[in-house]
Parts: sequence; structure tokens; C-alpha cells
Amino acid sequence: MLSKVFATIAVVITGGILLYGVSDFPGFGDPHSPPNAGVPGSPSVSQYFITESYADTKVPNLVTSVLADYRGYDTLFETVVIFAAGMAIFAILRVVGDQSVEQPRRTSESSFTDGDHSRIIVGTTCRLVVPVIQLFALYVVAHGHHSPGGGFQGGVILGASFIIIALAEHLNAALRRFSERSYVVIASIGILIYAAFGVFAQLLGGNFLDYGFLEPILFTDGPEMARSHSMLGVEIGVAFTVTAIMFAIYANLSSRGLLRDGL
Amino acid sequence: MILAFDIVLLVFLVIAAIISLSVKDLLSSAMIYGIYGFLICLLWAEMGAVDVAFTEASVGAGISTVLFIATIFNTRRRSSD
Amino acid sequence: MSEFIDNTLQPYFNFWIYVILMMIGLWALIAKNNLIKKLIGLSIFQTAIILFYVSLGVKEGATIPILDHHGDHGHGAETEHHPEAGHEAAADHHGENGETSHAEEAGSHAESQGEGDGLKGEYTPEAHIDSTSPDPDKIANPLPHVLMLTAIVVGVATLGVALAISQMIFKEFGSLEEDEILEELKSGNVDG
Repeated sequence: MLSKVFATIAVVITGGILLYGVSDFPGFGDPHSPPNAGVPGSPSVSQYFITESYADTKVPNLVTSVLADYRGYDTLFETVVIFAAGMAIFAILRVVGDQSVEQPRRTSESSFTDGDHSRIIVGTTCRLVVPVIQLFALYVVAHGHHSPGGGFQGGVILGASFIIIALAEHLNAALRRFSERSYVVIASIGILIYAAFGVFAQLLGGNFLDYGFLEPILFTDGPEMARSHSMLGVEIGVAFTVTAIMFAIYANLSSRGLLRDGL
Repeated sequence: MILAFDIVLLVFLVIAAIISLSVKDLLSSAMIYGIYGFLICLLWAEMGAVDVAFTEASVGAGISTVLFIATIFNTRRRSSD
Repeated sequence: MSEFIDNTLQPYFNFWIYVILMMIGLWALIAKNNLIKKLIGLSIFQTAIILFYVSLGVKEGATIPILDHHGDHGHGAETEHHPEAGHEAAADHHGENGETSHAEEAGSHAESQGEGDGLKGEYTPEAHIDSTSPDPDKIANPLPHVLMLTAIVVGVATLGVALAISQMIFKEFGSLEEDEILEELKSGNVDG
């Protein structure tokens, strides 16, 4: 009870102070507020992104161009954070070997078409739908330059397709297709692809992650198309890592680290 | 940027958040958290943030809910408060 | 009444709800007994912060931060995604046509609604026709969207780690309620 009283007091005081501060905020929807247009004398950097980013990178999706090119360093370490979270879950939960004495929850891995008919609707639907989902995920990754999407969203959808296989049939069915060794390797390859773009830019004379210098390798005419192509390559790296880690997190959480049988 | 839509969505958001935290059955709580995620995805699509809406729909409302349900399945389903 | 809406509700309602959601999440994090409820409160807190940042980048009458590139003919030939140039150009124009027609339809609908009650700003579809000189007043601010993309994904990664830790706590103490765990810790019959 004491924690509830303390929480209420803290929340009321903090909320009151914040609500009082809301009156000083820029109005919602104002195109000339300081975050949107800057103060007179120093325009905000988003003005530059809106007006000059297409000329610099030839990518129509402003969010993707800022995410993968102007703020590429943040995105690289965001991918590393996702990878580190996957490794942390592995370190916390994973039980290797047959030390536990608990019985598996589903004693048999019978296919849903013969014998166990309780999952026939879900199983058949998932078998029809999973290839379409994976195709859509690859589309989202590849079209991140022209439509909302990009590496993160496509990677999550691709990881979710494996989770659907694990939910419809057995977790072992999904693990047969995407084993533990595969997903660790693919997660690492994703980050290495991203870092490789940066290191190659350094080897060719520019700064780390300065994609304009990759022009000789990528055989483009002009640094703008080199930046556009490198953005796609970098998004593919991110998609690899996010796919593998999303499935890894689900597999470890749903089977309590045993990776033997899940939900 | 339609103001009426904005206000209705924001009110539903607060209601969903309060309900998700008050039900005692943790599975229902996770499902209502999924509803909260989809409502906030709608709100961002209405505000013009389409990339954020896409990510929230796939990550926040999809994967987060599945992870909660996986954990609830492996631990207890009822909570005391 | 409409003055109240225009002067106080419209500029600040998003921010009031952001503060309320943040306080709901904070209260749940401190006061709730169950660990899963605490994590749900933490997630609500995170999405409230993201609501705040995205609300900062909204501009009245602005369109999404994706430029239209009808005027750039060279782009269709240089396909960076697929080797089949014709296929990609056709898919590009189909995608652009779909986006343009949808935006124009939204624009005409918005204009007809704007004359009715005056709550909306003017929506002009010219913002996305010319990709060579986009008008900063008519395109939503892309920078908060970028930062919040990172925030959402990092949030779900840390949520995964928190759920893993709570599973280990359940394995060790047999319960997910905070008071029962504290009692077990005090009575000292845990090892390691």
C-alpha cells in the first residue's frame, strides 16, 4: 500500500509540473516552430534534409535517407544494440544440454494433417500465407527508398514469418528451417555488412560511412547514386540482423531457453 | 492532421492504457496492450509519420504482444492486482 | 466553443495526453505488484515519449516526408534495385501514380471539409509534385521520425531482455508478484 501512496504523490507532482510546462510548448502543427523551422538566424537541420537530401542522395523517402545516410552511425549502433539484446537473452535463458527433467509439453510432433486435427485450419492457412509474407517482407526492404519501409520493418516482418511457422506447427519445425547456428551467423553477418560499407569507404579515402567515396567499387556515375546503392546495402544488413534476432528472442522466450518445444 | 480524429484516438488511447493495467487476467492485459499499439499506429499514420506507423504496427503491436504472451504462457496467467 | 477549440484544445491536446500517458506508465511502474504489469507500464511510458517527439514534427496541411519524383526521368532508367529496368520503371510509376492519386483525392476531400468548418488548414497537393525543390512548409519534419524509429526498435529489444529476466525470476522464486519475491528474499532461503 505504501508504494501506491508514494507512487500517487510522485505522479501527481511530476504530472502537475509537466502540465504546467506544456503551456510553453510550441503549438501543435505550427510550421514555424523551432523544431521545424529553427530560430531566425539558424535554420533547423531538418530544413536542409527536406530541401537538399534528394539532390544529395537521389532517394525520395526522406526518412530512409536521413536514417541510413546522414544518421548512419546511429543506425549502425542501433543494430548492434539489437544484436546485443539477442545475445543477452541467449546468455540469460539458454539451457544447453538435457539437464532439465521436465516433460515436453507437446509429446509428439505429429503433423496436423494426419492424426491431430485440432490445428488443421491454422496450419493450412499458415502454410499458404507464409511465402506471401516473406515475399512482402523482401519487397518492403527493397522499396524502402520509395515507400514507407526499409530494413527494420522488412526484417521484423521476415522474422514474424518464422514465428508464424513456430506458432502454427511446432517450434521444432521453425528451428529446422532456421536453426540456432543459422540465426546467430546471420545476425553477425548483418552487422558485418553494415560495417563493411563504412570500412570500405575509409579504405578508399573518405570518413567512416561516407558512402560517396564508394563510387569506384559500385560502378556508378556520380556519388549520389553510390550513396543510394549503399543505403540499400546497409538496409539489407540491418534486415538480416533484425530477422535473426526477432526469431531468436521468440524462440528463447517461448521455450524457456530449452529450444525444444514452444507455445 | 484532422483534429476530430486526433482527439477521438487520443481519448481511446488513454482508456486502453488504463484498462490494460487494471485487468487481472494477464492474457487480456497483453491483448489490450496490442490494441493500444494499433491505436497509436493509427494516430501516427494520421499525423503523417508513415514510417513510424509501419514500425509500430509491426514491432510494437505485433512482436511485443507475442513476446508478452510467450512469457505469460511460461509463467502465471493471473495476477493479484 | 470554437474559440476554445482553436486556441487551447488544438495546440495543446496532444501534449496533455502525452503527459497523462507518461504518468499512467510511471504510476504502473512504481505501484503495480506484478512484474508483467510493470513492464506494460514501461512500454506505455516509452510510447508516450515517442508520441511527444512525433507531435513536434507535425505541420498543419503538410504531407508525408516522401517525395514524388515524376520529373526525374533518369531515375527510372537507373534502377538500383532490380536488373530489369523496364519492370522497375513500370512499378515505380505505378507506385507514384497510386500515391499521387491518393494524395490528390485526400487533398480535394480536405479542401471541401476545410470550407465547411474551418478547423483544417489548406492542403495543397503541389508539395509532392516537384521533387527538385520541395517546400519545407508543406512536408512533415523527417528528423523526429528517424529518431523515433530507433527508439521503438531499441524499446522492443530491451523489452525482450526484461521478459527473459522475469522468466528467470519466476524459475527462481516461483512467483511474479513483487511482495512475494521480497518475502522470499528476506526469509533468506534462496541460494546463489
